[in-house]
Amino acid sequence: MSVLIVVDTKNGEVKKSSLEAAQYGVNVASALGGEAVALSLNASNAEVLGTVGIKKVLNVTDASVSSSDPQKVVAAIVAAANQIGAKVVVFAHDSTGKAVAPRLSAKSGAGLVTNVTSLPDTSNGFVVSKNVFSGKAHAQVNILSDEKIVSILPNAFGVKAGEGSASVESFSVDVSGINSGITVKEVKGGNSKVVPLPEAELVVSAGRGLKGPENWGMVEEMAEILGATTACSRPVADIGWRPHHEHVGQTGVAIRPNLYIAIGISGAIQHLAGVNGSKVIVVINKDPEAPFFKAADYGVVGDAFEVVPRLNEAFRKFKSANG
Amino acid sequence: MKILVPISKVPDTTSKIAFTDGDSKFNEEGIQWIVNPYDEWYALVRALELTETSGGSVTVINVGDATSDPVIRKALALGANEAVRVDVNPTDSYVIAKEIAAYAADKGFDMVLLGKETINYNGSEVGGMLAEFMNLPYISLASKLEVNGGVATMDRTTEGGVEVVEVKLPFVASSAKGMAEQRIPNMRGIMAARTKPLTVVAASGATAKTAYVKYGLPAPKSAVKLVDAENMDELVRLLHEEAKSI
Ligand SMILES: Cc1cc2nc3c(=O)[nH]c(=O)nc-3n(C[C@H](O)[C@H](O)[C@H](O)COP(=O)(O)OP(=O)(O)OC[C@H]3O[C@@H](n4cnc5c(N)ncnc54)[C@H](O)[C@@H]3O)c2cc1C
Ligand SMILES: Nc1ncnc2c1ncn2[C@@H]1O[C@H](COP(=O)(O)O)[C@@H](O)[C@H]1O
Repeated sequence: MSVLIVVDTKNGEVKKSSLEAAQYGVNVASALGGEAVALSLNASNAEVLGTVGIKKVLNVTDASVSSSDPQKVVAAIVAAANQIGAKVVVFAHDSTGKAVAPRLSAKSGAGLVTNVTSLPDTSNGFVVSKNVFSGKAHAQVNILSDEKIVSILPNAFGVKAGEGSASVESFSVDVSGINSGITVKEVKGGNSKVVPLPEAELVVSAGRGLKGPENWGMVEEMAEILGATTACSRPVADIGWRPHHEHVGQTGVAIRPNLYIAIGISGAIQHLAGVNGSKVIVVINKDPEAPFFKAADYGVVGDAFEVVPRLNEAFRKFKSANG
Repeated sequence: MKILVPISKVPDTTSKIAFTDGDSKFNEEGIQWIVNPYDEWYALVRALELTETSGGSVTVINVGDATSDPVIRKALALGANEAVRVDVNPTDSYVIAKEIAAYAADKGFDMVLLGKETINYNGSEVGGMLAEFMNLPYISLASKLEVNGGVATMDRTTEGGVEVVEVKLPFVASSAKGMAEQRIPNMRGIMAARTKPLTVVAASGATAKTAYVKYGLPAPKSAVKLVDAENMDELVRLLHEEAKSI
């Protein structure tokens, strides 16, 4: 049973979430006793997939086949899956997976599970775990159809890259007959060096406790020292102190970094729902009764305006001692 | 402009999540049901804004049994013109998308606006499936939508960026934050909702591709370790040596 992994790129390079999906696909293939093949979309460095165990990559070299136009990507996947006889298709549950995987499911009749957090258990069907209720619970879902599609939760597995280089073949697919009428007019902010929130391993976040947007300097400074991505609570984005894409929680971005530092955030249930998958949570709040402390690993009870500059100093000292 | 907005019934965001029947079913006892926030705040409100400025109508559709009726009325109270409920248990996204497609097939909608995901099953699945079943283009995670003479311009959110895309009507799009501002229904809307049509249609009989077998809750967190606010070097040491996160 072959496994096909759909690998997307950002500025021509394999996305981290795709590398993680590829590694997952390699593990699924070895459990099923088949081959894992990656289908990459206009990748300039597809051989890097070898570091997670992929031997063979089919690389599409047609810029119109991109996640902006899911119908064309679906056509490429169907062609590649037929060529290698794939029974399982793996995506990362990122903006590409969300755009393409459901379409593929409807087209092929293959059952889809998204937000997957485990390898399949094939002892009784094809059962995978997924996060539900915004991370407040998990579920085991059986895919009933013969062909299966899974889309894995970013950062759920992490990437353990080793040595290796994949062989890359160019893969051509005729999409001239597909006219979905979608044109991309402009791409904004895609080149930023900052790691996007769903992929970030370190996140520094602040809430209404900071009183106003002018006080975010110390938060950005902490992110800068650590190489972290900044986030915020919902009201902070709603009142326009911070951009909407920083809003984390049940109705914002769900994240699961290695470290989440929450400053002046009370820890409302809807906030926690989007961040409780973080491996380590640090809470800084002046109110010892703030509900966030119940979900935290480390807590500091104190005024953010005193604690954060002190912590930044300590991080800086640590960084200069540890490189 | 004729707009279709699929809405889902979900537990209120403060609900205590628990399971019954040997962890095979969500425990609905004491649960307050609401319209899925993405569907209500973004998809529905943007659909209403578009028809308020350029005319047309908004139809909301739900795939579910009669227990969905109160949240459907809420959508009508916010201003939707009519509602449809496909009378079947929404077992999985495939069934939901197929049933919506079966209803919408011959109705000539100019666009279908969904939420980006449901907050209970977190699928982000129905929109893309529906687009494929209806053979329409799909724009996922739209945070802005303008329509001008049969062409829509949208911001599509990607990791760390935004793509500005153009597409001809009709199309399917899923709505994320930024699309619109949440509205609160007023008394007049609530009164009007009582007399607006809520049509119940029979299901076409789609079959599920997936089955939920079992649920579980995450392991409880151990107690927080408090660090003295004066001693941030100690916090850094713990994060490095104990938590190994820096
Ligand atoms: C349907 C629904 C969905 C929602 N979705 C989300 C979501 O996705 N994400 C989200 O974040 N919220 C969400 N919310 C809102 C949520 O309920 C809370 O209102 C919100 O998270 C509170 O934000 P906050 O913690 O920044 O502000 P507050 O609740 O005002 O808390 C501020 C905190 O800062 C502390 N503080 C004040 N001054 C200082 C100081 N000088 N130093 C240190 N600490 C200080 C206070 O003790 C307090 O704990 C949602 C709500 C609803 C109803
Ligand atoms: N039972 C349902 N009836 C109608 N629309 C639904 C239903 N479930 C989900 N949807 C729509 O599909 C979107 C995506 O849902 P999901 O794929 O389940 O995350 C939701 O935001 C709704 O707009």
